[in-house]
Amino acid sequence: MSSHTFVAGMGIVSAIGNGLLANLQSLSNEKAGIGKMKFLQSIHSGELPVGEVKFSNGELAAISGLSSQLPRTALLSSIAAYEALLDAGWDKSFSQRTGFISANTVGGMDKTENFFKLFSKNSAAGKLADVVNHECGAVTELVAGQLGIRHFVSTVSTACSSSANAIFTGARMIRAGMIDYALVGGADALTRFTLNGFNTLMILDKELCKPFDENRHGLNLGEGAAYLLLVSENGLNQLGKKPYALVSGYANANDAFHQTASSPEGTGSYLAMKNALDNAGIQPGEIDYINLHGTGTQNNDIAEGTAIQLLFDQSFPKMSSTKAYTGHTLGASGAVEAVYSILAIQQGIIFPNLRLQTPMKEFPFKPVSGFLRNQKIKSVMSNSFGFGGNCTSLIFSAA
Amino acid sequence: MSLNMDKLMYKLKEQIIERLHLKDLKPENIGDDQPLFVEGIGLDSIDALELIVLLQQEYNIKLSNAEDGPRVFHSVRTIADYITANSGALKVTT
Amino acid sequence: MQPVPNISAYCLISPNKIFLDGQIIFEHPGSAGIFLDKTYDHLDFPYPKFYKMDNLCKLGFLAVEILLKGRSHEKKYSDSETGLVLSNSHASLDVDLKYSKTIHSGASPALFVYTLPNIVIGEISIRHHFKGENAFFVFKHFDGNFMAEYVSGLIENKLIKSCICGWVDILKEDYRAILFLVETGGGENKLPFNADNLNKLNESEHG
Repeated sequence: MSSHTFVAGMGIVSAIGNGLLANLQSLSNEKAGIGKMKFLQSIHSGELPVGEVKFSNGELAAISGLSSQLPRTALLSSIAAYEALLDAGWDKSFSQRTGFISANTVGGMDKTENFFKLFSKNSAAGKLADVVNHECGAVTELVAGQLGIRHFVSTVSTACSSSANAIFTGARMIRAGMIDYALVGGADALTRFTLNGFNTLMILDKELCKPFDENRHGLNLGEGAAYLLLVSENGLNQLGKKPYALVSGYANANDAFHQTASSPEGTGSYLAMKNALDNAGIQPGEIDYINLHGTGTQNNDIAEGTAIQLLFDQSFPKMSSTKAYTGHTLGASGAVEAVYSILAIQQGIIFPNLRLQTPMKEFPFKPVSGFLRNQKIKSVMSNSFGFGGNCTSLIFSAA
Repeated sequence: MSLNMDKLMYKLKEQIIERLHLKDLKPENIGDDQPLFVEGIGLDSIDALELIVLLQQEYNIKLSNAEDGPRVFHSVRTIADYITANSGALKVTT
Repeated sequence: MQPVPNISAYCLISPNKIFLDGQIIFEHPGSAGIFLDKTYDHLDFPYPKFYKMDNLCKLGFLAVEILLKGRSHEKKYSDSETGLVLSNSHASLDVDLKYSKTIHSGASPALFVYTLPNIVIGEISIRHHFKGENAFFVFKHFDGNFMAEYVSGLIENKLIKSCICGWVDILKEDYRAILFLVETGGGENKLPFNADNLNKLNESEHG
């Protein structure tokens, strides 16, 4: 029980770059990756900005070594998962004690959409190969097969908190001694399905999103993938590597309020954050930075802020939402932001909440508005809240 | 109030019941001025979005600003007023 | 010594039949949609939002309703003491396909909100005020070993005191839910909560 879970490797591909270094560079240059659609074909292309990964499926296929006919989510997943394993120095001979827990919410929807386009005109048309990978689980299996991890493979699908949940599921399996290595995280590609869906919910900003701003008008959708290789003490010794950080606390709670909206008091968010602190055995004052869920919708930011106000009382840590850089990467967001949170600890940096003009008048605190260096950061909280009331907080600490 | 207005409101009630799966309700159970949200009929934010789609599909009226929702969707009568006002404008401009 | 968790009840819903603790309690002919609505009528409690749910939510929601009926579960445990850990193989594919068809004729936001498998957990939590830990996993098949290990861990670490866990899956007319009510103690029909019992009950024809 008392044995630690370490982060030994990280991998990421997002709208602000492919790989840890490229992401770090864009973060420190305050360079957002949100803009006009280039790869997604949509009637909204001129109107709705998105955070696309700046590669075509063909280019992603070439980087990942998978077929360009596979779902984009699988291509993104493969690239980031492989980087995390490589970064940690993981070897295939460890695969018997390795689990792969991956999150996504759209599965192979991009391919299914192509199928339906042809199929709806002519029921004899459309390639059936396009729908076989539709299910969320199929994307995980594809990548697991490529990486050679078969011992334990699972897919988590709990909306926008999916990959945060994948992370703590892996941490828990390590703590329980079930495995020594857990490749955890998630991936989601942009699809017309999600874009149209969020558009009908009227929560997409037609401009670049402004999380935690008084004049916020919604979120921008993004895409990407990110993974952590979590290891036990045993695993760490075997790798002979200095860990990035410890997974020191985590908790999940349900808001039990509405299918998609957060309760105004942020009940679920509060419970997740408070229980994560208890799980880590630390006080609110010991958190040095919060990577906010901060989507930029009216509803999320007020609920999350209200819960923070209640929990952190007068000693508010520095905080920001990096969704202003990447857009909301849905099933990948928990892992993307976990990578940024760990970079914050490792590099002693804090990322700005880009484009913040007028902090929300409801709160006595405001997010960080410029890039900060030379920070002493021991513990970071990363929030991920999803539809279905699923709320998760993760805490990472310096190892 | 004109006969047309009554007809429109009755039609709207039928459409709302069908669209929002309010199986326990009949048009007669919904008052013309009864609040549709929370303490009235008990609709929620997703229902409001669905009503926006209904207006677009059935009446070709686009409510592009979600913030107008609470005012327009207050009751069956306010929706009917909105439809009448906007389809009138539509005729003038086309 | 930690008290050992038990399965104090289990409910199986398969096409046109419902079993509670291995005994058939309801059957009705017709499509998945008709059968689920008839089950709701049969249970006879007012919850108008039921009709708005997609079939995956209806399936999970009804199984929980049957599991908890007459147990005063909400009096026994506080809001945060009950967890929900569900799994299936088709995620939200059933409603994804229905939603895809509406995209061109005016996408339905009310349908879109159900295109995530964990919304069923949200619906159950709203109805019963459950605020404890919840998770949704997608597996090829029901994995009793993982489920037993995962849920036992939550209880051992005192994160929750009771849990509703299991499988809830639907694609068109092919549906199956098997949910277990897990708690320390339990009633007369209790069975030890372990992988063997989960797998055995899942494989037995009548749940």
